[in-house]
Amino acid sequence: MNLSVQIGKLKLKNPVMTASGTFGYAEEYSEFIDLNRLGAVVVKGLSLTPKEGNPPPRIIETPAGMLNAIGLQNIGIESFIQEKLPFLKRFHTPVIVNFFGDSIDEYAEAAKSLSAAEGVHGLEMNISCPNKQAGWRIFGTDPKVTFEVVSAVRKSTNLTLIVKLSPNVTDIALMARVAQDAGADAVSLINTLTGLAIDIKTRRPKLANVTGGLSGPAVKPVAVRMVWEVYRSVKIPIIGMGGIMSSDDALEFLLAGAAAVAVGTANFINPRATIDILSGIEAYMRDNRVTDVKDLTGGMI
Amino acid sequence: MSRYFKAEITENKKLNNDCNLLTFVPFRKPAEPKPGQFFMIGMEGDYDPLLKRPFSLFRRTQRGFQILYRIRGRGTSLMRNLGRGSVIHVLGPLGNSYPMPPEDHAPVIVAGGIGIASVFSLAERLAAARNKAHIYYGARGASDLLMVGALKKAAKRLSLTTDDGSCGERGCITDMLSVFSWGASSERNTVIYACGPRKMLETVAGIAAGRGIEAYVSMEENMACGIGACLGCVVKTVSGHKRVCKEGPVFNAKEIVW
Repeated sequence: MNLSVQIGKLKLKNPVMTASGTFGYAEEYSEFIDLNRLGAVVVKGLSLTPKEGNPPPRIIETPAGMLNAIGLQNIGIESFIQEKLPFLKRFHTPVIVNFFGDSIDEYAEAAKSLSAAEGVHGLEMNISCPNKQAGWRIFGTDPKVTFEVVSAVRKSTNLTLIVKLSPNVTDIALMARVAQDAGADAVSLINTLTGLAIDIKTRRPKLANVTGGLSGPAVKPVAVRMVWEVYRSVKIPIIGMGGIMSSDDALEFLLAGAAAVAVGTANFINPRATIDILSGIEAYMRDNRVTDVKDLTGGMI
Repeated sequence: MSRYFKAEITENKKLNNDCNLLTFVPFRKPAEPKPGQFFMIGMEGDYDPLLKRPFSLFRRTQRGFQILYRIRGRGTSLMRNLGRGSVIHVLGPLGNSYPMPPEDHAPVIVAGGIGIASVFSLAERLAAARNKAHIYYGARGASDLLMVGALKKAAKRLSLTTDDGSCGERGCITDMLSVFSWGASSERNTVIYACGPRKMLETVAGIAAGRGIEAYVSMEENMACGIGACLGCVVKTVSGHKRVCKEGPVFNAKEIVW
């Protein structure tokens, strides 16, 4: 049974990855699972300088989902390389670093400094955080700006470059094509959907940031539909995510067109979710006589 | 020994209109918890509620653990209905714990409402170490004061207040704390431990700072993962945002930006 998939220059031993922002710097989960079994680890989004993030409350549960407005709190690229990367190097699982900037130059500089670090195997550029200010969100919502920023990052790195797309656009397939044309090796989708929850007693928003990003099972059908739309309009591989809780969910993403999947919110509910999902995919392949996981990609009839 | 395990409920006892005491026994030997630590607990079933909920360790039993919880939202409403033999999914024990006081220091515990759940095991631990605490415990009314009998046994002295005066003194527990005098010489050798509403903790922090007393407060925030990954549960401190689940839930009161 062949579970390996190719994402840009990276050969992953299986298609199960972690979703950035839900897995810390992987250390937090190493007590519960063998990190060596994962297809890839995608770490919490980093920027050139550390960020404080948003004030609390930052998360609130909604029906079959959760809203978060962490605000990209992170320790900065330098501290990550010094303090977190040495731990990750002990495993033979590719490390994909999610990163962002506040300008095109910052994106390019961040990509450059991460590419110089030994032990970083791929980059996922975050152009789709719903909790950043409107001026920032154009990186992921205005095709012209998206093309510019992805092109600039492409020139700054030889590593596998994944662009994480926002679902908060009219035509996500168009955004995926723009990323591909600008030199992305793969696209990952979906980031969270912008949402709002209000406390009717106090009439105040439940999150200090007012709005937040919706994740969890509630968003899954939207995410599967978007993967399917993108699959029909790009040639580069797709990493599908959005509410994957079980191997059944992961398989839906593969059938819709994803080459690999990322598990996010499920890690909070079950710290072994990634491994359980991997086992479930293997069982499905055995039961259905699928010998190569690549044969599932885009297999919807 | 694993910090992620299934457990069976052996008792889910109603204590008053909105509080229950839940006893559960893990299927596998878990790690030994310390006073102030907490568990993330999830129920079997579908995705609503989705996330696990954090609950302070109330007490270690011979074969398992107890949590004392107030029915507040959808998760705890469903938890109330769990019967003997129901299975729960547990992560824990998590977070740091109350630092034990030096032997020559007198411990003072301040609990507001359901905050008693977190400091109860500390009171028992201190009693076992022959350094019983003076416990200040306030609630809305007489029926909201829980486990008073057991607290009396564990305390050097138990001071109670209720909002309506139905038991103990009428008023706020912090009012009682602020007028109490430990004597100038012993104040330096006092340590306060507090858990309760944020407003109460802030007042306790103020009283402690004014008298130069060390105080530790157990903080609460909405939580998703419980293990430091999601950064959802941060509180503002003098050295930036800190995670309640990892650097907390117990913080030195001086650290918190109120």
